[in-house]
Amino acid sequence: MFITNYIKDIFNGMKSLLTGMKITGYYFTHHKEIITEQYPDNRATLKMADRFRGEVVMIHDENNEHACTGCSACELACPNGTIKIINKFELNAEGKKKKAIDTFVYHLELCTMCNLCIIACPTDTIKMEPNFEHSVFDRSQLTKVLNHTGSKIKAGVE
Amino acid sequence: MLSLENITNTIHEWLNATFNPTLALLSEFVLIGICAIALFAMLGLSLVLMERKVAAYMQLRLGPNRVGPFGIFQTVADTLKLMMKEGLTPDGADKFLFNLAPFVVMIAAMMLLAPIAFARGFQIWDINIGVLFLSAVSSVSVIGILMAGWASNNKYSFLGAMRSGAQIVSYELSAGLSIITIVILTGSLQISDIVNSQENGWWIFKGHIPIVISFITFLIAITAETNRAPFDLPEAESELTAGFHTEYSGMKFALFFLSEYINIFIACALGATLFFGGWMPFHIGHWEAFNQIMDYIPSSVWFMGKTFFLIFLLMWFRWTFPRLRVDQLLSLEWKYLLPISMINLLVVTVMAIMGWHF
Amino acid sequence: MIEELGTTSEGYMVINIGPQHPATHGVLRLVMTLDGETIIKTEPHLGYIHRSIEKMCESLSYRQFVYVTSRMDYLSSHMNNHGCSLVVEKGLQVEVPERAQVIRVLMDELTRVASHELWWGAMAMDLGAFTPFFHSFRERETITDIMEETCGARLTMNYICPGGVMADLHPDFQKRVKKFVALFKSKFHEYNELVTGNIIFQNRMKGVGILSAENAISYGCTGPVARGSGVSSDIRKLYPYEVYNKLQFDEVLETGCDSFARYMVRINEMLQSIKIIEQLIDQIPEGEFQAKTKAVLKLPKGEFYQRVETARGELGIYIVSEGGTTPYRIKFRSPGFSNLSALPHLVKGSKIGDLVATMGTLDLVIPDIDR
Ligand code: SF4
Ligand code: SF4
Repeated sequence: MFITNYIKDIFNGMKSLLTGMKITGYYFTHHKEIITEQYPDNRATLKMADRFRGEVVMIHDENNEHACTGCSACELACPNGTIKIINKFELNAEGKKKKAIDTFVYHLELCTMCNLCIIACPTDTIKMEPNFEHSVFDRSQLTKVLNHTGSKIKAGVE
Repeated sequence: MLSLENITNTIHEWLNATFNPTLALLSEFVLIGICAIALFAMLGLSLVLMERKVAAYMQLRLGPNRVGPFGIFQTVADTLKLMMKEGLTPDGADKFLFNLAPFVVMIAAMMLLAPIAFARGFQIWDINIGVLFLSAVSSVSVIGILMAGWASNNKYSFLGAMRSGAQIVSYELSAGLSIITIVILTGSLQISDIVNSQENGWWIFKGHIPIVISFITFLIAITAETNRAPFDLPEAESELTAGFHTEYSGMKFALFFLSEYINIFIACALGATLFFGGWMPFHIGHWEAFNQIMDYIPSSVWFMGKTFFLIFLLMWFRWTFPRLRVDQLLSLEWKYLLPISMINLLVVTVMAIMGWHF
Repeated sequence: MIEELGTTSEGYMVINIGPQHPATHGVLRLVMTLDGETIIKTEPHLGYIHRSIEKMCESLSYRQFVYVTSRMDYLSSHMNNHGCSLVVEKGLQVEVPERAQVIRVLMDELTRVASHELWWGAMAMDLGAFTPFFHSFRERETITDIMEETCGARLTMNYICPGGVMADLHPDFQKRVKKFVALFKSKFHEYNELVTGNIIFQNRMKGVGILSAENAISYGCTGPVARGSGVSSDIRKLYPYEVYNKLQFDEVLETGCDSFARYMVRINEMLQSIKIIEQLIDQIPEGEFQAKTKAVLKLPKGEFYQRVETARGELGIYIVSEGGTTPYRIKFRSPGFSNLSALPHLVKGSKIGDLVATMGTLDLVIPDIDR
């Protein structure tokens, strides 16, 4: 009895090992199952999901106009102080002083891509871009100004 | 036909005709040394690349594919990198032993090259105790490993070295016993005799069940002796980070790495010689035409083909199986392999005495 | 106690596993006393990745603190966010729309499969088999792609928020989930052939790391660790939240008490999660994906507690509110911490190799332990 069990053990053990080897052997010979993405080579065809949260950008239209009122809602919504809104006062057409955005400072190095600022913005000025290639040689390059130079607020946005 | 045997003979005759015998012998030594080192470098580079490619394909990856076409220069680049690196010696280490260990391992691996028959009549030293020499010298490397582990003054290395000692000493037994089965059937320890005995059929295909069993035990034993997964306990990276070579870096690490692959090559070459007829071409009974075609393939190709097939098998094991635990490793040897190979040896001996084999 | 030469007064060797070690999958440090290869004592030392998330949450508003919890147990970030959202909703007494509930459950179960998938690969890697890791990542990648498409991130999603979910499902969601389920089912047999059935694997797992039911309870183990010892602890069954009480699924219980039982619990849990996904994927009700909530959330004065079942066990979230916009005190009961506390007991007297195997079956995520 002991001997039969002993031999059975060996036999079953061998069989289990061979089943495992069958799988690795299958993948060794079937190269179409390979899942590697050759990243820098496939950059041209690589398509990120459009909702992918890669960085915050401000939407500008073709006239270099945006919809940011400088309300600071995004700054308040951000959990880790990534956004700093610096406002200035402009004289509008009627000669009244009006608050407007001067610099929208965005610290990419602090951002956790949590999407809270996007949701908070009442005018949908900012959005998430699916760009993920953020590496730079110097950290200071990660501090970005989101409103383009010379841009101004769209007419009619309050 | 151009064969390695002719080349060596021509060189030998030319040297003897040009110089006096001592000088000729000395220059042959130098030539062999150069060839051996070149072979080492080539084997190291190609086996590492092969391992990485095999692993990659089994793991749904592509493997190295950046340096050179299909990444064939990847290992060259890696070697260059290792050579540039600083060979650090830890502060508390026994400096002399620490630096000696990689060379011990390496030289042991180099010595093993001597009796291997690479092709028809192409052998460095056809010593009459070839097989015994191989199994004796291959255990020397454990001294190097123990040295490395002890001298590193690192507990991980130490544990790894101790494991390695226990493992190689135990598996040496069943490796030896399975080699002896072939020796009994052949009646000789000389490699060339063993190869010649397989002229009309390799041992593994002659239909003797005990030989198949001893081949399997041999395969398991050499996997363990060369510290390959699933028996890679001495360097089990998830337990001991890198085992006995944790503290090594740069070229000293590379020597360990290289000698591991050389040992695999030697062990598989031995397996190919014993069970697969060494450089003997594949012959089937009386199919003269088929045998002729097989004869046309150079003997060195046969030898390398068989060896690399066995190496591939070992790689296949490595990338499929999980690792054993240290006590299971020993119980596998002492409770399964050793009794089986002893009984097997007994059966083979009876077979040989009664003349049942052919 | 740890002396100069790393040996105790009894002559045992003291060895540090970690904080940087391949088997700890993070920065956990185990100070082990060894007699040769046999473990005499294990002492986990924590705190190498402590980020004081609980304290941090006290200064964040009820909308903001949810995202931080993705960084606790980053493999079940949906469940963490889910728990936080539930406790805030409990305080606000908001009714979450049916659609959002279903989406949340679907996401939870997908995350559970992804997490177990990763665990399976890492577990096999701990035991020295590398190939399963890549095979499990093939399926896991499909899930992360689905997450990326709908939630916008692959690991720290921050998709479930107080009131519902942050965005509606991507139009392709159903199609892709169905594709994933089909892929998973067609590949699942490989898991068993490659690892579960393997004789070496079984020998490594069976009979080691014994955790009796009493010990599982007294150490506070939850999740698959407790269920491997036959202790019923599935929050989805015991304290159902969202739509879990309307679903057909089994709580996976094993009575082996050893590492293999814990392994089998997770393997079978993957199948149960797939079952849940299959039930829900065609029944996502139409409607709002978010309840109407105020811009600034204020929880009434009081204490709120909610538990959810993450991939590792019971996550409890306890909030004390003073009525302001930020929590007064927040406390997470993380499953990893309690499960880790059983480790010294589990590995006592076994070999170093068993430590790695046992730790693998506890499925520790170190940021979850330290927070
Ligand atoms: S995504 Fe989050 S962290 Fe980044 S700026 Fe917006 S609110 Fe701040
Ligand atoms: S981006 Fe939006 S939220 Fe931020 S300041 Fe401008 S308008 Fe306000």
